[in-house]
Amino acid sequence: MSHFLDRLTFFKKNVGEFSDGHGITTSESRDWEEGYRSRWQHDKVVRSTHGVNCTGSCSWKIHVKGGIVTWETQQTDYPRTRPDMPNHEPRGCSRGASYSWYIYSGNRLKYPMVRKALLRQWREARKTLAPVAAWQSIQDDDAKRQSYVERRGLGGFVRAGWDEVTEIVAAANAYTVKRHGPDRIAGFSPIPAMSMVSYAAGTRYLSLLGGTCMSFYDWYCDLPPSSPQTWGEQTDVPESADWYNSSFLMIWGSNVPQTRTPDAHFYTEVRYKGAKSVVVSPDYSEASKFADLWLSPKQGTDAALGMAIGHVILKEFHVDRQAEYFRDYVRQYSDFPMLVRLDAREDGHVSGRLLRASDFPGAFGQSAQADWKTVAIDETSGELVAPRGSIGFRWGDQGKWNLEEKDADGNDVRLRLSLTDSHDEAVPVAFPYFGNQHHDYFTGTDHPDKLIRNVPAKRVTLADGSQALVATVHDLFVANYGVDQGLGGEHVASDYDADVPYTPAWQERITGVPWDRVISVARAFAGNAEKTNGKSMVILGAGLNHWYHMDMIYRSIINMLVMCGCVGQSGGGWSHYVGQEKLRPQTGWTNLAFALDWARPPRHMNSTSYWYAHTDQWRYERLSVSDILSPTAPEGDWVSQSLIDYNVRAERMGWLPSAPQLNRNPLDVAKDAEAAGRDPVDYTVEQLKSGDLAFACEDPDAPENWPRNLFVWRSNLLGSSGKGHEYFLKHLLGTKHGVQGKDLGEEGGQKPAEVAWHDKAPEGKLDLLVTLDFRMSTTALYSDVVLPTATWYEKNDLNTSDMHPFIHPLSTAVDPVWESRTDWGIYKSIAKKFSEIAPEVLGKEKDVVLTPMQHDSPGELAQPFGVSEWKKGEVEAAPGKTMPMIKVIERDYPNVYKRFTALGPLMESAGNAGKGIAWNTEHEVDFLRQLNGTVRDDGPTQGMPKIDSDIDACEVILGLAPETNGKVAVKAWDSLGKQTGREHTHLANSRAEDKIRFRDIQAQPRKIVSSPIWSGLESEHVSYNAGYTNVHELIPWRTLTGRQQLYQDHPWMRAFGEQLCVYKPPIDTKTLHPYLQGAESQNGNPHIALNFITPHQKWGIHSTYTDNLLMLTLSRGGPIVWISERDAKKAGIEDNDWIEAFNANGALTARAVVSQRVKDGMALMYHAQEKIVNVPGSEITGTRGGIHNSVTRAVTKPTHMIGGYAQFSYGFNYYGTVGANRDEFIVVRKMAKVDWLEDPESPTLHQSQDQTQAAE
Amino acid sequence: MGDYLNTLVFGYYPYICLAVFFLGSLIRFDREQFTWRSGSSQLLRRKQLRLGSNLFHLGVLVIFFGHLVGLLTPIAVFDAIGIGHGFKQVMAIVIGGIAGVAALVGATLLLHRRLGDPRIRANSSVNDNAVLILLYVQLVLGMATIPISLGHLDGHMMLNFMAWAQGIWTFQPNAAAHVAGAHWIFKLHLFLGLTTFLVFPFTRLVHVWSAPVWYLGRRGYQIVRTRNGNGRKPV
Repeated sequence: MSHFLDRLTFFKKNVGEFSDGHGITTSESRDWEEGYRSRWQHDKVVRSTHGVNCTGSCSWKIHVKGGIVTWETQQTDYPRTRPDMPNHEPRGCSRGASYSWYIYSGNRLKYPMVRKALLRQWREARKTLAPVAAWQSIQDDDAKRQSYVERRGLGGFVRAGWDEVTEIVAAANAYTVKRHGPDRIAGFSPIPAMSMVSYAAGTRYLSLLGGTCMSFYDWYCDLPPSSPQTWGEQTDVPESADWYNSSFLMIWGSNVPQTRTPDAHFYTEVRYKGAKSVVVSPDYSEASKFADLWLSPKQGTDAALGMAIGHVILKEFHVDRQAEYFRDYVRQYSDFPMLVRLDAREDGHVSGRLLRASDFPGAFGQSAQADWKTVAIDETSGELVAPRGSIGFRWGDQGKWNLEEKDADGNDVRLRLSLTDSHDEAVPVAFPYFGNQHHDYFTGTDHPDKLIRNVPAKRVTLADGSQALVATVHDLFVANYGVDQGLGGEHVASDYDADVPYTPAWQERITGVPWDRVISVARAFAGNAEKTNGKSMVILGAGLNHWYHMDMIYRSIINMLVMCGCVGQSGGGWSHYVGQEKLRPQTGWTNLAFALDWARPPRHMNSTSYWYAHTDQWRYERLSVSDILSPTAPEGDWVSQSLIDYNVRAERMGWLPSAPQLNRNPLDVAKDAEAAGRDPVDYTVEQLKSGDLAFACEDPDAPENWPRNLFVWRSNLLGSSGKGHEYFLKHLLGTKHGVQGKDLGEEGGQKPAEVAWHDKAPEGKLDLLVTLDFRMSTTALYSDVVLPTATWYEKNDLNTSDMHPFIHPLSTAVDPVWESRTDWGIYKSIAKKFSEIAPEVLGKEKDVVLTPMQHDSPGELAQPFGVSEWKKGEVEAAPGKTMPMIKVIERDYPNVYKRFTALGPLMESAGNAGKGIAWNTEHEVDFLRQLNGTVRDDGPTQGMPKIDSDIDACEVILGLAPETNGKVAVKAWDSLGKQTGREHTHLANSRAEDKIRFRDIQAQPRKIVSSPIWSGLESEHVSYNAGYTNVHELIPWRTLTGRQQLYQDHPWMRAFGEQLCVYKPPIDTKTLHPYLQGAESQNGNPHIALNFITPHQKWGIHSTYTDNLLMLTLSRGGPIVWISERDAKKAGIEDNDWIEAFNANGALTARAVVSQRVKDGMALMYHAQEKIVNVPGSEITGTRGGIHNSVTRAVTKPTHMIGGYAQFSYGFNYYGTVGANRDEFIVVRKMAKVDWLEDPESPTLHQSQDQTQAAE
Repeated sequence: MGDYLNTLVFGYYPYICLAVFFLGSLIRFDREQFTWRSGSSQLLRRKQLRLGSNLFHLGVLVIFFGHLVGLLTPIAVFDAIGIGHGFKQVMAIVIGGIAGVAALVGATLLLHRRLGDPRIRANSSVNDNAVLILLYVQLVLGMATIPISLGHLDGHMMLNFMAWAQGIWTFQPNAAAHVAGAHWIFKLHLFLGLTTFLVFPFTRLVHVWSAPVWYLGRRGYQIVRTRNGNGRKPV
């Protein structure tokens, strides 16, 4: 009753003793123990996870006490794996464990916020005007618009109510649709797999408007273009449990224990099981300590290492001795047997395109799509055949698209790999060599830029009667590696220590890795694969993929894996883990996300090209095409155009998407067509041909082509992924920035040929930037409207990953606190407001939509031979063939809200599809009607399934997707079986009755159902492994040859020397030199030039961002850059000094971490360290010190723009330009004055409270 | 007016202080168990603590018990065992002086540490700082009484203070009159001493109640608290 009275136990306190009086027993109160006990008591535990930026996809217990989220602990109830396999749990890391800090932190966004200058004007205008007119009055007045545009990022937010703020946003949207066109409204949000409904909320709203949904995977540079090139697959990888099935693991440019923390246990466990491991990393990373052998190549030269390993494997396992398993594997599963034309040139032969059935008389009896059926030689008969599986069989025939070793007519064939025994002549073929290019900081060799090597060739007679020399991919491939098949000649190696490109000794000069180690690794890797039928695996990641020539690094590794038969084998293969986050119920989700239930197609855009154009980074482009062109490029004018010209051509030819699309409002184009009494599609083509209408991409700086409204949600675009950060600030936002360099106009550089040049670049293109976030991120700071969203413990959503086979939820542990709302709720309320005010200017409208030729659709067979442009009159303008597909879509703007909250009619009338496989969904829509209920209100959506709450939205995804609805999986496998002519339904039959529902996954994570959307199986017998069904079910890869394609014959691939894998050194971005000269004089401290590497970090990103105080406390509490001891000494920098890094792109400030871990010549800055925590002002720019992307700029690559060509066809987040940034160099020097810019609005730098750093 | 103030401060104020001291401690102990602590900053910095804290505590304990015994023991007891008034006063000056110096040196170290170390300063509440300053001032005042005491070594002022203290304890109506003629430094010292009792329950000083002296007389090395301890519902 009373602590005090209870203590009064003087006479009965000690009630006994034991052990001869050494111990006593007492009867004193033990109530105080309750304090400790209740510390860990809680009212409930809710299952949730961390829902945007982490691939971990770990299920967590969220503990709630008294209505407050108190802490989180790891869930341990994953379904078991199999006997003999470790289980998945527990999953999680320190970052996830500290997430609950955010919910009640000072950095939490609690109320809707608007930039003050904007709100004042809005309220003034709204006194007299209707919403859209009010917005127009602000936009039409330059001074009014400028008053808030130039204040972005400089503070000045005020609170506003939800009603008012949604009205501002909706009015801006409605005005933009009416005035500029719906495609001028864009939205950026990444990684849908981590919170599918939150992502879908925004894109559903945008798609109903006709707005632009932006890709993320390519922009993040996490997309490896080599994957679509080789497999026709965005990215498909083994789950982490499959590492345990491997017996030789290479970890290459990936830091598993640090950035894959929840999965790393499988790596440890398989080491205990006896697996060997080689770690390749320039720095001594956390992964390096797991290695039996650590290789430390010079950063960015990994392709040289990969090629040298490939050289040894080819020589020892394919040429000198032929490993049977390897030879059978490459014969059936790679394009090795396919025939390639050797094109004669003045100076010899070069490899040309793959032969097609249509090249031959009668086309082997193939009438359908003979242009797309590749050709090989049957070893038994010696005849030319068109074997099954190539892409022509996919879209031209039924039931023949498979990898059975048969020709089109069903005769058994055994394809010939090499012509060495049966060639007509040995032809000297020129292979391009780039390793001799000069680079200030990378070592090259002095070999010629064309390496002439002998290739065995045959003469064949073509349909037109002409003769052609042909060789197999295999023979070209072997020659490319410098391995001699007994034909002798130049540039082939007799020995590993020969100074010939691609020998181990050659690579030592470039990478610094001892050549004998390379030989050991190659032998161990291939030896293991031979003994185990392919259980050698390479885990690779951002460390390799963020280089400009990432394709070459990746393909050098893919080649190793394919040569050794590892892809598609349990415990083997290509494990690329970065940013991909497999959206397992994808085909259920796309309908919800892009409103495909209401209109198809949606407007998708590849972000890299978008930001490159609209942040005007192209105006500063210093890389010219001649810098990267191959010496063996086909004839033609390749170099008179710049990189953005290539992009514009790609857009016009229907390869890449455009946003905005036309230089006029597409609603107006449709209206004009109607007024002229013409079909809008024909009218558009005609106008484009006549030049009355043009693509917006031809003049991105013209005001009619600017992006006008931008939504950013679930993303920190400006604080994290925005390569060329300072260009974003300058041109897109129009505010204070740190761009240092001059544009091509000022510099007198080569201006683009296809793009209009304005001498004065626009600053401040966006009318409105809206950010949804739960924290005041860097992006939020720069926004005009900031909407407070629910955290990951305050909403219901779905979460899947490529790292494990489970689907599990985010759940509402507590309702969104303060005035925050879920993403679904926010977009719903914007949609509602939009529908209310739209009738002011909009009704039912027709919208002309352009889309590129899509991968996994018949459109990918658009352009079989050559590159021809309608714009230049080289070919007729035909939508879907030589130019983008054009469709007219009806928008119903007053009913956007009704459409948003109901599942539309197309699901029943048009069915569902994914990756080229289609099935009907009538049954599932009925199921959703019963489950979610139907819309009862009168109107266009009456009787349709409701999608009102976030859980309704989850059920739509789960109900429609084959991965979560067994019946759909069986339908999908059955549909694929019609294409392949094989029976696949056995893969899903056992789970046909399974329907995973939202409440099921709240109870426990559920294993998804195997579906043909993915190339691996979720079964009780194997772990998920990419390519497994290709190898074991004989389903072709979705490439031109239907096989793993190691030879790329598109003219642009050949132009840039990438038909086969070659070593290319990092590019020179030319952002360094002027600053290297002048830098020393500026602050008195010495400087050093370093390669700027931005890996994933230990104290942020995954699950938390770099403003979490718990994590910052474990690190250094602010931005840091790691440099090596020797480099630090050269520049007079000591550990923890404030340093500045800068180049033409801008500058950043950080503390130095001086460490032996780092290789000389490089600086590591963990990416996405927030600008909002502990960042002083820059001496160079005079503004706050920037983020890691302040010194980067995206540089695009023409080969990533190819389209309309089998696997080289556009798909959202599948193919397109990528935002590479790792070739960048920075000048690093110690800061003299550390200025915290404490005085707001001070015109000069404020010095009083700041620290001065002595030079020594 | 002077009389009124004297009676208020030395006649009534002591009862307010003592009532708050006892009741406040009791209520806080019963209701705010988690706040019942010394608030040690040893984790933040050990330097200066070992010397400062030990000197301070040793000195303060001697002073505290010296005051307790010296003021509250009836003078008849001293007379009976033959301790003269002058001798008692000199003894108090000497022992109290030595302990006072020790406590003052310790308190100086502690104060310097608390206000000077940025980590400790950042972790200190106003309350923490105020109570240390209060004790410090009180120590200085106590030391300042020594020269005054040295001016009248016959012990009559000491007897007045004893009479006042014992008068308060025994609820004598005119207790305050005994100290009416004391030097202002004495009066300030008394007032601050009473105030220390007043603020005691609201500060970290409550740890005084829980000084772990029980360890000294404890039997047994291992203590097992039985399941059905006092105040706990039987299981």
